[in-house]
Amino acid sequence: METFIHQIMAGIATGGIYAALALALVMIYQSTHHINFAQGEIAMFATYLAWLLIQAGVPYWLAFFCTIAIAFLLGVMIQRLVIRPVEKAPVLNVVVVFIGLMITINSLAGWFFGFTIKSFPSPFPSHPPFGSSYVSSHELGSISVTLALLITLFLFFRYTSLGLAMRAAAQNPESSRLVGIRVGWMLALGWGLAAGIGAVAGMMVAPVVFLDPNMMSGVLLYAFAAALLGGIDSPGGAVIGGMVVGVLENLLGAYVIGTELKLTVAMLLIITVLVIRPSGFFGKVIVSRV
Amino acid sequence: MSILLDIQHLNANYGATQVLFDLNLQIHEGGITTLLGANGAGKTTTLRAVSQMVSTTGTILLGGIQIDSLATEDIVRHGVAHVPDGRGTFTALTTEENLRLGSYTRTSKAEINADLEKMFTYFPRLKERKDQQAGTLSGGEQQMLAIARALMLRPRLLLLDEPSFGLAPLIVREIFQIMSAINQSDRVTILLVEQNAALALDLADHAYLLEAGRLVMSGSAQELQNDPAIRRSYLGD
Amino acid sequence: MNHLSPIFKTQYLAMLLLFGVALVLPYVVSNYHVFQLSMVLTYSIAIVGLNLLTGYCGQISLGNGAFFAIGAYTTAFFMDHYDVPYWATLPIAALICGVFGYLFGLPAVKLDGNYLALATFALAVALPQLLKYKHLEFLTGGVQGIVILKPEAPLDHVFGLTMNSDRWLYYFSLAVTLLMFWVAWNLIRGRIGRAFIAIRDQPTAAACMGINLPLYKSLAFSISAIFTGIAGSLSAILVAYVSPDSFNVTLSITLLVGMVVGGLGSLSGAIFGAIFVLMIPNVVDQISKAAPSAIYGVVLIVMMYFMPWGMNGAFRILFSKVRRFF
Repeated sequence: METFIHQIMAGIATGGIYAALALALVMIYQSTHHINFAQGEIAMFATYLAWLLIQAGVPYWLAFFCTIAIAFLLGVMIQRLVIRPVEKAPVLNVVVVFIGLMITINSLAGWFFGFTIKSFPSPFPSHPPFGSSYVSSHELGSISVTLALLITLFLFFRYTSLGLAMRAAAQNPESSRLVGIRVGWMLALGWGLAAGIGAVAGMMVAPVVFLDPNMMSGVLLYAFAAALLGGIDSPGGAVIGGMVVGVLENLLGAYVIGTELKLTVAMLLIITVLVIRPSGFFGKVIVSRV
Repeated sequence: MSILLDIQHLNANYGATQVLFDLNLQIHEGGITTLLGANGAGKTTTLRAVSQMVSTTGTILLGGIQIDSLATEDIVRHGVAHVPDGRGTFTALTTEENLRLGSYTRTSKAEINADLEKMFTYFPRLKERKDQQAGTLSGGEQQMLAIARALMLRPRLLLLDEPSFGLAPLIVREIFQIMSAINQSDRVTILLVEQNAALALDLADHAYLLEAGRLVMSGSAQELQNDPAIRRSYLGD
Repeated sequence: MNHLSPIFKTQYLAMLLLFGVALVLPYVVSNYHVFQLSMVLTYSIAIVGLNLLTGYCGQISLGNGAFFAIGAYTTAFFMDHYDVPYWATLPIAALICGVFGYLFGLPAVKLDGNYLALATFALAVALPQLLKYKHLEFLTGGVQGIVILKPEAPLDHVFGLTMNSDRWLYYFSLAVTLLMFWVAWNLIRGRIGRAFIAIRDQPTAAACMGINLPLYKSLAFSISAIFTGIAGSLSAILVAYVSPDSFNVTLSITLLVGMVVGGLGSLSGAIFGAIFVLMIPNVVDQISKAAPSAIYGVVLIVMMYFMPWGMNGAFRILFSKVRRFF
């Protein structure tokens, strides 16, 4: 029973990470109808930057927030410089650019930081909270951080003028221009936020899986599955999808399939959702007009 | 009365197709001007040209400032509020969110909130539905919402594209009455594109007639109302 | 036809010249280079396979590495377990890949653009883990993979020149490559090719005209899988070894790069693409292990901005501009 509860708690912890990444994917998809294949690599690169700061002696939480800020700027830059020129290009060209971005960032990380695995510190103590055997301190801390992140984002989008403008720009660019919203910059902001979210996810995951350039590829696959499950254009769905995928992954991994086929399961989940119900549980069903 | 909008030698294209040919129009400040014409005459395109949503050559001056080389979102900041055909409602957002987006470029929170209340007095139905998703509003309510959203800008110039489209006559009359009141009390200059010529000529002071992208007649609303050719073709006489 | 256009005549001559060069090459360069040339031929077949699916039929696949792997493993399995001669494993691989391709195509039919890219990407990422799965070890050899014996040349001398294993395999690869290119060329010019192009450019109109979209899309996957699988087979024979980690997502992306560089919808471009993707690691490996991927990434991005039609298209444009001078 104890292990079962622990599996659930661990699942919620990883679920939070998947939820955050899935949210980032949904944000970009909603505003541009592009799937950001490079999301994981940007998160990984940001985590390396955090590692650099910490190695240089910067205290953890200062490095944490600086990294988020730097990741935000990187995201904005990437959108303005790399993505904007091909915004209106055919889908294949856009996908190729995203894949190019993905492998460029991945190899730059390998080039600058090397391929040897590094350890990344967790800001949370190593002993379990309250002596509990249900959850580790890092897991609890990770849950808190991702929860804080999600709440902050929710408040931002719901109650600020800028958040409203971003939502409007994603839904209806033409009408947004007619009320004076600079749609191009809203897209760039969306990318910045997505990069920042990725940085948080990367920094929470790295203490567990260790820092190396290929750290995020499996995580990203799960985030894709989560986003699709919840509905690729539904932020709330992404969060729920993330939680479900996280818990399921842990339970199935512990009791049913073992850890060896995790990626295959993610792949099957992705394909199944795409084929049976591409709009996910909470997304809108789009009818294509001839 | 000074000229607020001055359009000189305006040509507009959709890709390789030219749709407006050497248009010259002047809108006086504080008045209501209507642009009439059959389907496809280029009325909507003219409004879109002012908002730079279509590629144009020629000069467009707003209060003496040249706006034809600006981006749409910057033209808004010069005080032009455009209610597009189809209304352009943000259907997934609430009524109130739609209205607040209208005032996105303004800074004074107090004034924005005051204007929001003013819109609710003009359009009580919007107040009832302020937390409802805008896509669930009826056609007439969405039209009111679109106009109110535009007014939230406190615009100098209001561009209205076919507000009567698809609406029941009673609702249309209500909307036109409100527009007349707004024009008088808030001194908003209105450029109105309408297919319903009778209604438009009743409301407006001045009128222009477009045919196949060219200006063929202009004058006071009364003159056009009494013109026999107009009466035959557009007023069903 | 007496009035063949000048471009056609020149292309024809160029191809003949290239063929002559190709025949002679193994005797001019070292054995290792012969092996590399064989790999170039192999990759060009795979790139043609991807091009048929993505360039001509418009179905984005980021997972063709999976079919390459299936072909490679099929060859390794039959050579290792049943002593099947290397050349006989090719048709077997073609058959198995054709079936797998068709099966994958069935659900993939409903997907387009981004979603298809995502599904095939998931396939590519998940594959190595599947190949290492212990319950499939009897087929795949698990983490260690399968080692096979490199085939010997059947003759010691040909026309007075020495023949060795590398040269023999080179000519074998060349023959297979010519065959596959010929098949592809005919496919494109025939009904299937036209249907593919219609599906790529105007899927709704194509369906209205009576083209059975699901059938042709699955067919596209199947044919692409056959080409890619044969390429995989060849590579297994040449390398004499298959292991799960050589068939990860990088392989699928490498094929994508090859297709983009060579040119979408261009057959002859596949050779350029193959030369590019195999040459780059040789040249920049010393700088860093990561350098080839970085270059691939930048190339992908830059080509989409400036040369979306690839090298072959660039040559055509260049050629027609030069012709105007004369």
